[in-house]
Amino acid sequence: MQSTLFLWMCVLFCILTSAQYRIDGTVTDESGKTLSGAHIHVLSVHAFSQADGSFTAQNLPAGQQRFYVTHDLCKPLDTTLTVPANGLVKFILKPSEHRLESVTVRSGRQEFSATVKEDKLKSSTLEKYSSASLGDALREIAGVTALKTGSTVVKPVINGLYGIRVPVITSGIRLEDQQWGAEHAPNTDVNAAGSVSVIKGASALQYGGDAIGGMVIIEPVSSTRDTIFGKSILTLNSNGRGGAFTTSLHRGNFCDWAWNVSASGKYMGDREAPDYVLSNTGNREANFYADAKYIGKNADLKFSYSLYSATLGILRAAHTGNVNDLYNSINNQVPSVVDDFTYATDNPRQKVMHHVIQADYLRRISDKSSLQIRYAFQLNNRKEFDLRRADFKDVPALDLQLITHTATADYKIKADATNLKTGIVLSAQSNFANPDTGVMPLIPTYTRLDGGWYGVASRNLADGSTLEGGIRYDISKMDARKFYLKSRWTERGYDEQFSHFIVGESGNQWETNPIFTFHNVSASAGWTKNFINGWEVFANLNMAARNPGPSELFSDGLHHSTGIIELGDLSLEREVGFKFNATVQKQWEAVTVSVNPYLNRINGFMYLAPTGFETTTRGAFPVWEYRQTDARLWGIDVKATANLFDVWQYQFLAAYLNGLNVVSNEPLIDMPPFNLSQRILFKKPQWNGFTAELRSEFTARQSRYPDNNFETNIVQGDQLVPVLVDISSPPASFHLMHLQAQMEFTGFGAGQLTVGVAVHNIFDTSYREYLNRQRFFADEPGRNVQLQLKLTY
Amino acid sequence: MKHLKLMSIVLSAFFISCNDDDVKAVNEEEVITTVVVTLTGGGEVITLTSRDLDGDGPGLPVVTPSGPLTANTTYTGSIGFFNELESPVDNITLEVEEEGTEHQVFYQALPASLGTFTYADTDANGKPIGLLFELITADAQSGQLVVTLRHDLNKSGSGVATGDITNAGGSTDAQVTYPIAIE
Repeated sequence: MQSTLFLWMCVLFCILTSAQYRIDGTVTDESGKTLSGAHIHVLSVHAFSQADGSFTAQNLPAGQQRFYVTHDLCKPLDTTLTVPANGLVKFILKPSEHRLESVTVRSGRQEFSATVKEDKLKSSTLEKYSSASLGDALREIAGVTALKTGSTVVKPVINGLYGIRVPVITSGIRLEDQQWGAEHAPNTDVNAAGSVSVIKGASALQYGGDAIGGMVIIEPVSSTRDTIFGKSILTLNSNGRGGAFTTSLHRGNFCDWAWNVSASGKYMGDREAPDYVLSNTGNREANFYADAKYIGKNADLKFSYSLYSATLGILRAAHTGNVNDLYNSINNQVPSVVDDFTYATDNPRQKVMHHVIQADYLRRISDKSSLQIRYAFQLNNRKEFDLRRADFKDVPALDLQLITHTATADYKIKADATNLKTGIVLSAQSNFANPDTGVMPLIPTYTRLDGGWYGVASRNLADGSTLEGGIRYDISKMDARKFYLKSRWTERGYDEQFSHFIVGESGNQWETNPIFTFHNVSASAGWTKNFINGWEVFANLNMAARNPGPSELFSDGLHHSTGIIELGDLSLEREVGFKFNATVQKQWEAVTVSVNPYLNRINGFMYLAPTGFETTTRGAFPVWEYRQTDARLWGIDVKATANLFDVWQYQFLAAYLNGLNVVSNEPLIDMPPFNLSQRILFKKPQWNGFTAELRSEFTARQSRYPDNNFETNIVQGDQLVPVLVDISSPPASFHLMHLQAQMEFTGFGAGQLTVGVAVHNIFDTSYREYLNRQRFFADEPGRNVQLQLKLTY
Repeated sequence: MKHLKLMSIVLSAFFISCNDDDVKAVNEEEVITTVVVTLTGGGEVITLTSRDLDGDGPGLPVVTPSGPLTANTTYTGSIGFFNELESPVDNITLEVEEEGTEHQVFYQALPASLGTFTYADTDANGKPIGLLFELITADAQSGQLVVTLRHDLNKSGSGVATGDITNAGGSTDAQVTYPIAIE
C-alpha cells in the first residue's frame, strides 16, 4: 500500500476535461525532457509516445485502471488512474538501472587501482565454499595460500605474507578483528560476500598504506536492477557430518530503495583424517547481514549491519604442555588424544563475534565527480578457552573486546583523461583485555588513534596506456596499559630504555603505560597498457609501511597451541616494504595466459625466531622472540585457461615463491611451497546446465626453511638423554584429486534448483601441510563427499 | 536483555577512553609456583621443595631438599602443589584430588636404582593419582628425582597405572627435578 501511495506522489496530474474513454498525455524524464518511444500499456491497449513525448490511449473503459509505462532508458512506472481523466496526463519516468550502473562504474567502485590486475572470485566460486571459510575460497587464486590452525581457522596468505600484512576490507572499511596471531582467522562470512578481490600489493592506497602483503577486498551483493531475487544453499558434508545453510534475498532499486538481507549457519562435528578422528575440531557459525539503501537523484544513503559469530574447536591433541610433550607429539606422528566422533566442541576452543554497523553516503556531485562518506562501528569479541583445571573450565583464558570507529571521506573527480581520488580516514580503537581470566593477557588493554590522507591520480595516455601514481600519509598513536612481571621486564632489558613507561607496581608486576606514535608515508606507482594484439601489461611499484602490531610489541607468555613462550619487543620499529609487481597477459582465441612475477624487499621485517629455553614449574619451554631483519621475497604466479571445442576447459594455476632473510642469509620460515593446481572442466548447457570438473592439486615439499631445531633432555630408560626436537622439517609433498559436478533444474515457478555433488580428496590421501600450525600433531582431513542444493528465485 | 547489553556497549563505545579502573594486574590463578614432596621415614621428615615465584616468567625454579635420605629405608610420601602468588596460598593439590580421574603424578628416579616408588592412593575409577606414595630407598648414592603432573592423560595406557609415563599422553601441568642424596 505504501509503495502505491509513494507512486502516486511520483506522478503529477493536470486535470482538464477530455474526450470520454480516451487518455492524452506526455512522458518525460525527471528533468522535464520529453521521452519518445515510451510504451504505455493499459489492459489490452498499447500506445507509444511520439517524438514530443505525447501519446494517446483510446478505447478505455471507465473506472480505476492500471497503467504500465516503460522506456529503454528509464525505470518502469506502474500506477493507477481514473478513466476518464480530467485532462492531460503527465508520466514522469526515473532513470533506469543501466544509467545508474554506468555512473557507478564510472566512479570507479569496481576498480581499486587503475593499473593493478586484481584477482576476483565469482559468486559461483564462493558458493562452492559455502560451508568452508573465506581463506579456503581464496586458495582458488594463483599465489594465494592459507595459513591454517587445524581445518577451521584459515588465514589468507598472499605471496607468502599474512596477518596484519594482509588487511581485509569489507564494504570499504578495514575489518578490525584481532588478526594478531596465526590462530586468528578473518571474522567474516564467505556467504555474505557478493564478490571477493585480491590485490597482491599495496596499490589500493585508499584502504591503507600498510598492506605489505596485499589486500582482500570484499564487496556485498549489490543490484541496481529493479528486481527481487534470492537464493538458498544447503551444503552437506560427509567429513564433519554436518553442513551449512545460507539464504538471502535481494531487492534492487525499487521506488528508490534497494535492500539486501542474508543469514547463514554452519554446524560441523569432528573432522576425520584417513586414519583417525581429529578430536575436537567441530565448529559452529551463525551469521547475519542486512542493508537498506536509498537511491536519490544525486545521492545514495545506505545503512548496513553485519554479524559474524563462530565457535571453533581446536584439535585437542594440539594443546601441549612443556617441551617433552611437544617432542612426544612430533615423534609419535599420531595425535595424543583420539576420541570417538562427536559434534561437541570442548576446550580448547575459540568463541568469536563481530558486529559491524555502517552508514555510507554517496553524493554524485556531477557526471564527473562524487563524494563518498562512510562511518563504521565495529565490535569484536574474542574468547579463547583453554584446557584448565576445575573452576576455570568455563572461564576463557583470553577475553578481548575490540571496539573501532572508522570514518572515511573519499572524493573522486574525472577530467578528460585524468582521474583523481583523494580522501581521509580517521579511526579510534580501544581494546579491552579482561583481567578476570586469571591469565596474564597476551594483548594488553590499549587505545589507538589513526589518521590518514591519500591522493591518487591516474591518466589515460593517447597510446592506450594508463599511468597511476599515489601517495599516502598515516599517523598512529597507541596508548597501552600492561602489567609486566618484574623479572620479565628486567630480562627484556627494559629497565633503562623504557623506565619512563612505569606508572605503578602491584606485587611482583610493574604497571606500565607504553605510548607510541608513528608517522608513515606510503606510495604507489603503476602503468598498464592494453595492446591491440591481445597483450595486456600491468606494472606496479609500491612502498608500504607497517607499524609493529600489539602482539609484536607486547607478547610475553606461553602459547599452548605451539608450546612456546612468545616474547614481544617494545623497541621494534616500523617495517617498510618495496614491492615490484608485474602482470603480463596474452589472450589468443581460445587460450589466455597470465604471468605475474614479483619482487618484495622488506626492511625491518618482523618475525618470530627461536632464542633459547626457559624453565618453569611446568618444565622447559622453547622461547621465541619477535625480531627484525631485512627480507627479500620473489616469486611468480601463473594462470592459464584453454577452451576446447566449446565444452572443455582446462585451467592451470601455479605459484612459486622464494623468501630469504638477507641478514642471516637463511630462508624465511613459513613460506608456501611450490603448488600447482590443474582443472579440467566439461560444460554442456543443453544437459540441464551440466558441468563437471576434475581438479588435481599438487603441493611440493618446502625445501627452503630455516633450521630451528633444538635439543632437549628427556628421561629415557633411567637417565636424561638429549634428543632433537624437529620443529623445522616441512612435511612431504602431496597430490590430491577432487571432483565436482552439477546440474540445474527448472520448474519451480521462476526458480531454479542446482544440484551439486563434490568429492574432495577422492583417494583419501593422508597428508600434512607446511603452513598448518597443527602439522606436528595430526594429518589433514581425509575424503569429503559434499552434496549441495541451491535454489534461486 | 542481550540486546540491551549490546546497546549499552555500543553507546558507551562512543565515549572511547582508556578506563583506568578496568585495568588491573592479573594474578595467575592457575599457575603452580611450588611443588613440595614430603617423605616421612626412619624417624625423620624430609621435604623437597621447588619454588618459582614468577610463574611462567624467566626466573628459574629454586629447588631445595631439606636433607639427605637414609639408605634402605621405607618412606611414606606425599606431594603438594601450591600457588603462592595467591593470598592466602592456593592449595592446588585439592583440585588435583577432586579431578583425580584426569590427573596423575609420575615419579622417575635417575638412575632407577635410587629406589622404588609405589602409588598409595586411587581415584574414583580405582586408578592411582600419585598424591600419596611409598618410597623404598636403595643403597647410598646420589641422583635425581623427576616429578611430573600430567593432566587429561590416558590412565588406561600400558604401564601407566604402575607409574610408567611412556604411554600416558596428556599435557604436563608441572615437571620439576630434585637432586637426591642417599646416605
